[in-house]
Amino acid sequence: MPDYRIYEHPILDFRRGRRVKFYYRDKVIEAYEGESILAALYAVGYRVFNRSPKLGLPRGAYCMIGKCSSCLSIVDGVPNTRICIEPVREGIHVEPQEGLADIRMARKQENVETVKVETDLLVVGGGPAGLKAALVAAEHGADVVLVNDHYVLGGQLVKQTHKFFGSRDYFGGTRGFRIAEILSKKIKEYNNIHVYTNGFAYGYFKDGVVGVAVHGEHPLNLLVKAKTIIAALGAAEKGLDFEGNYLPGVMGAGGAQTLMNQYGVRPGDRAVVVGSGNVGLIIAYQLLQAGVKVEALAEILPRIGGWFVHAAKIRRLGVKILTRHSIVRAAGLERVEKAVLQAYDEHFRPIPGTEKEFDVDLVLISIGLQPDTKFFAQAGAVMKWVPEAGGLVPIRTWGQETSVENLFVAGDASGIEEATTAFIEGEIAALSALLKLGLGSKEVEERRGKLIDFLWNEYRMAPVVRRAREGKLKVTVSEEEMKKIRVGEYP
Amino acid sequence: MSYKEKGYIEPEELENLGLLPPRERLEKGPVVIAECPEEIPCNICVHVCPFKAIKMDKIYEIPRIDWGKCIGCGVCVPQCPGQALFVVDLSKPSQALITLPYEFLPRPEKGMRVILLNRRGEHVGEGVIVKAWQHDRTWAVTVSVPKDKWLEVRAVWIPEK
Repeated sequence: MPDYRIYEHPILDFRRGRRVKFYYRDKVIEAYEGESILAALYAVGYRVFNRSPKLGLPRGAYCMIGKCSSCLSIVDGVPNTRICIEPVREGIHVEPQEGLADIRMARKQENVETVKVETDLLVVGGGPAGLKAALVAAEHGADVVLVNDHYVLGGQLVKQTHKFFGSRDYFGGTRGFRIAEILSKKIKEYNNIHVYTNGFAYGYFKDGVVGVAVHGEHPLNLLVKAKTIIAALGAAEKGLDFEGNYLPGVMGAGGAQTLMNQYGVRPGDRAVVVGSGNVGLIIAYQLLQAGVKVEALAEILPRIGGWFVHAAKIRRLGVKILTRHSIVRAAGLERVEKAVLQAYDEHFRPIPGTEKEFDVDLVLISIGLQPDTKFFAQAGAVMKWVPEAGGLVPIRTWGQETSVENLFVAGDASGIEEATTAFIEGEIAALSALLKLGLGSKEVEERRGKLIDFLWNEYRMAPVVRRAREGKLKVTVSEEEMKKIRVGEYP
Repeated sequence: MSYKEKGYIEPEELENLGLLPPRERLEKGPVVIAECPEEIPCNICVHVCPFKAIKMDKIYEIPRIDWGKCIGCGVCVPQCPGQALFVVDLSKPSQALITLPYEFLPRPEKGMRVILLNRRGEHVGEGVIVKAWQHDRTWAVTVSVPKDKWLEVRAVWIPEK
């Protein structure tokens, strides 16, 4: 069997857990405790995890964080299991789903126990915004329930190997995965924070009740009645339309990052990256660190989208950045074997005769993220389509409260930015919730005012993030305006 | 074409932004050059400089080096999240010394011969590592390079043994 595990890395030490064995189809797969099922299968060479329901086309790893449906499989008889966020366990049986599952198969879910809990604050999502919010609220004495879809806390921090930019007050200079470790450790120190990992918030009900499906080994229907809720659900990578985009090997850039940096599994041998935002630029650099050759990075605009310093890091190591280029085709039988890039004119039309072919097994898409805001929409929050924020986002006050009273938004779910602003928004949301709960002193109110001022009048004034600021400005309103919105007077 | 189109910056652009130290200062001894031309919200260098030689009023301003205060210690080099800081020393008669960040394998060691790369990733010669130390697994590698290459060399590549 091939072995794609990384054993030596310039930045990361992969301290793998105990060896476990599980079954895939009828084969015994050896894995390490802590790996997701998909990562373990990928490490030994599997690339196709599902098939499209109608045409039977192969489906590979795509998002790696439970946001897409590419890897749905049957685990111990449970269909529609996202094996990218399901940990390996000794002796489990995993089967590919081959399209849609038969509901009669879902026997195990029929007898799931329902548990009811009450809390001051429910935090949905354990990434930078959610962890910060939970910690700030707990520090001030609130009882907190934290639910996280993944079995590991930290959100996308866990795969960030670069030293963070920004302010020292918000972990600037520290590598992302270390920040995740620091915050997760802190969470454990509070006995007034109750953590449910593998917990997917499936719906918002009357009187502030949120239904949480706790999946995995011990499934649970958790009904949380919360006085306040902060939903920090993050974002998902956007897809791109081109010939062959379904082929395994076409992956979200963040998906490849999860494989190589969280699990220590090399996603491939040779890659092209599409999109030159910070995500694309950073991932190109991290691919080089993981021993993957980066053939080219394509950007359809005439200018590099991300920060210059990130571009300079890969450029000086010889990575070609092709502006006014994009991908037109990925080709291969059951996986990517070839990618064709082409030049585009100023009207975004491909220029004939400019095709460049690359022998690659990875096409990484990093053309932007879209906020994960289904929860807010379902809860009835007033939403607005804001391209600068990445799509549909809830309207909120300066204190991060949505039009659904006591439901707050923070982090990428409020509009795409980055970790520093996620920490700050998480903290602002927590301070607002504390004020609502009657747990806020004058000091809490002052702190919140200071943070809002720093966020809007200093941090977001940086020219490189001003577009995001403008986007957020379009959906941020005063308390008075929000009162009107709540009674149906839309601005 | 500007650096935002190419992904690398030209010496003239650095000069125009006032990011290059005067020649007399460079010849006196090591000094840091910040190739950080874009206003990004980050001020890590300001905090890590032991000599308070880097100035920034607002978090997103371009770092301004006080070349009188900077002694070219290189403490900032492996700590800059953008890997945009380089120490250049033109005080030696035959060779220039450049201290640059490095985050790859194999690990650098004193005496190793390395491939010198310019801002476009082109091989521009060979150099020798004279010093290597690390901060949280980013290496600060000091490499001796031909004197006329001081404004060109911005990365090294260590061939696998």
